Amino acid sequence: MTLARNAGLGIIACVVLLVLCSKLDAYRQYQMAQVAATVVAVAGLTVLIGVSGQLSIGHGAFMFVGGYATALLVLHLNWPLALAIVASAVVAGLAGGVMGVAAARLRGPYLAGATLMLAVALPAVAYQWQGVFGGDQGLDFTVNTPGFLGASFQLTEWQGWVCCICLVIVMVLLANLLRSRIGRSWRALRDNETAAALAGLNVARLRVLAFMLSAACAGVAGSLLAMTMLNVTPGAFTLALSIQLLTAVVLGGLGSLAGAVWGGIILVLVPPFLTDFAASHGFSSASASVPIAGYGLVLIIVMLVFPAGIQGGVRRLLGPVAPAATGPVSAIGRRLARRLEEGSTTDARQEGVDKEGTRWPDTAN
Amino acid sequence: MARYRKLGLAPVAALATLSMMLAACGSSTPSSSGKLQASAPGITATTILIGSHQPLTGIAAPGYDEIAPASNAYFQYVNAHGGVYGRKIIYKYLNDQYNSSITTTVVRQLILQDHVFAIFNGLGTPTHLAVAPFINAEKVPDLFVASGCACWNAPSTWPETFGWQINYIREGKILGSYVAAHFKGERIAYFYQDDEFGLDGIKGLGYEIPASQVVAKEPYNVNAANPAAEVGTLTAALKASRAQVVIAFAVPAFMALLRLSELSLSYSPQLVSSSVGSDPITISGLLNAYAKKSGSFGDSLIQGMITDSYLPSLGDTTNSWISLFTKIHNEYIPKLPMDGNVLYGMAAAYTFVQAMFKAGRNPTRQDLVNAVNSGLPQGVSVAPYAYSATDHDGITGAYIAEIEKGVLVPLGPTQVTDNTPTGAVTTYTTAQPAAPTSGIP
Repeated sequence: MTLARNAGLGIIACVVLLVLCSKLDAYRQYQMAQVAATVVAVAGLTVLIGVSGQLSIGHGAFMFVGGYATALLVLHLNWPLALAIVASAVVAGLAGGVMGVAAARLRGPYLAGATLMLAVALPAVAYQWQGVFGGDQGLDFTVNTPGFLGASFQLTEWQGWVCCICLVIVMVLLANLLRSRIGRSWRALRDNETAAALAGLNVARLRVLAFMLSAACAGVAGSLLAMTMLNVTPGAFTLALSIQLLTAVVLGGLGSLAGAVWGGIILVLVPPFLTDFAASHGFSSASASVPIAGYGLVLIIVMLVFPAGIQGGVRRLLGPVAPAATGPVSAIGRRLARRLEEGSTTDARQEGVDKEGTRWPDTAN
Repeated sequence: MARYRKLGLAPVAALATLSMMLAACGSSTPSSSGKLQASAPGITATTILIGSHQPLTGIAAPGYDEIAPASNAYFQYVNAHGGVYGRKIIYKYLNDQYNSSITTTVVRQLILQDHVFAIFNGLGTPTHLAVAPFINAEKVPDLFVASGCACWNAPSTWPETFGWQINYIREGKILGSYVAAHFKGERIAYFYQDDEFGLDGIKGLGYEIPASQVVAKEPYNVNAANPAAEVGTLTAALKASRAQVVIAFAVPAFMALLRLSELSLSYSPQLVSSSVGSDPITISGLLNAYAKKSGSFGDSLIQGMITDSYLPSLGDTTNSWISLFTKIHNEYIPKLPMDGNVLYGMAAAYTFVQAMFKAGRNPTRQDLVNAVNSGLPQGVSVAPYAYSATDHDGITGAYIAEIEKGVLVPLGPTQVTDNTPTGAVTTYTTAQPAAPTSGIP
């Protein structure tokens, strides 16, 4: 049932996004593709951190794997794009599995440290084997619009389409997964690992699985970014990127797929907006750091106003109408059903909200 | 950030399309009289919008962040003195932090959203390489890349792209021939950026310096997480090679780190630097900043460094170009130091205005490319340009100089050469033309 509902919603979202993309100018299409790609990575990370309870400061490294996998497959083997994206997800997922095996033994700051190391070390691979990875210069490749769309179809629009379609597929799969037994198990081990183990859950396997899945999402994101920019360079996958992804997760709302969308939008759109804003308000080049400072200010304000992230804030403002953190449709449906059953007048806003006002995704059950 | 006005783009685009259709029907020679029209994207009856990507923050920013403001100062001077056929130049330069992935995005913004007429002086070899295919695919003139990579000279694959400063192969050859002649038999080492910038440079050096004299080649990674540690390790290797001459193809920040590492290792070879990392004011400023010193500390460390330059020396106050640019500097950007970067930015901007005048009153993008393809007269540089339909290299020569008390002192006449392994390095005797009294080409 959930799958059918999510898939139906996904198809609607897909159509809306594609139509929206067609209406935009070329640069906005490019930005839309960037946002979609970024949201895929943030969604994967928010599941890892917010749902399975493991921290990664190194997700840029998995995007690096996905991006280079796509570039190499398209460049040398002429793989069709769709296949290259899937392959990138698999390769990054495997890399995530290796990291996950190590991560399963680590907790808290040690896990953070290990993933941080990965983000610092992996891009160095590109410098080590310059013949394969092109060193600092990276790899350039081309993507063509498929013939059936006609010769005049813009490349940026096609890139926007591909990214939006991939985004919707990933979101539907993730939303579904979070409603499944695996999603419930992850939440169980996030909230109390010992209790989860006593209840018979295979903690280590679940943790590795979360890492693999999250890395696969990052791989898809890296692949999409590469096909949007038509090149991959180590400079695109710096430690700063990993930290930004983490920022987007927290900013959007930990563990919330809808929050990932907010986070991705802020990450991609706010910096250029601030640059233009600073330029049109007469800040000279001597203050090139004005947009950077402005970005920091936006982050601080958002966290002060919405301590539970933007999605948390939206939920608080809109009450029961806004989608809950995980499983957009089913949460509302469930609440409505319960109200009807009980004929209750209880304010649904009170459900699942603890004394501090923090709403954990599933405490309503 | 450059100030720029929001343009109503729909009418511009419509007019541009119309004018292109007309141009396709009629003659393609630039018109020399008549009403000013919106003849191309980015060109209105009153303005010319051009764009650039520049490192305003990040590792390449020290020094280089002055280039675009300096270019902009020259454009403002031109605007205040009649503009280009009456049109004012609006220069929008965006910060790419010397990171190719950001360059990719900002150049798309300039071309797809702002519809700039041309990309001007985009800075950096790795950064610009990431966008050159896109700029050419969009058929946007890509004038005077701020990088000496020989790769910009590819008229058949990148017909829109033109270099400007002397390319690193030529520069390497000129430095190499000097070192080969003056340091016969000594142990020589290379310190260079591990990309086309450094590799082109050592290619040129290799054409002139006997391989038997080269005892070490130490490449650095410009994106190193810890530049100081990276340079420290490489400097130790240079010292271990007992090189007596170190030739560097490095950006200013890494040049300063190299000099400081040498100091801490008590290693003092003769330092020879490409013009990229040898602007005395920039390097001494960085040395002071990194070592937390002030005063003459920085200058004393670069005293006697050998380098080359393709623009007149800032120390030569009798040069008409230096007095022109100093005047503009004092009027428009008095807060910036009058250093080699400011000189560079203004000189490149002057060359762009030269090309714009040559492109005609109502130029299309192709007119601008054609204008440069038919050659530009020598102006700000000490050597002539190579521009032709089959050659997109810029300045073809430079003179060797030594840094003394913070200024470049020429050690000889201008040398010119080509890109080939066997092409000779010869003396160029024609004197540099004087700057026009109006300051406008």
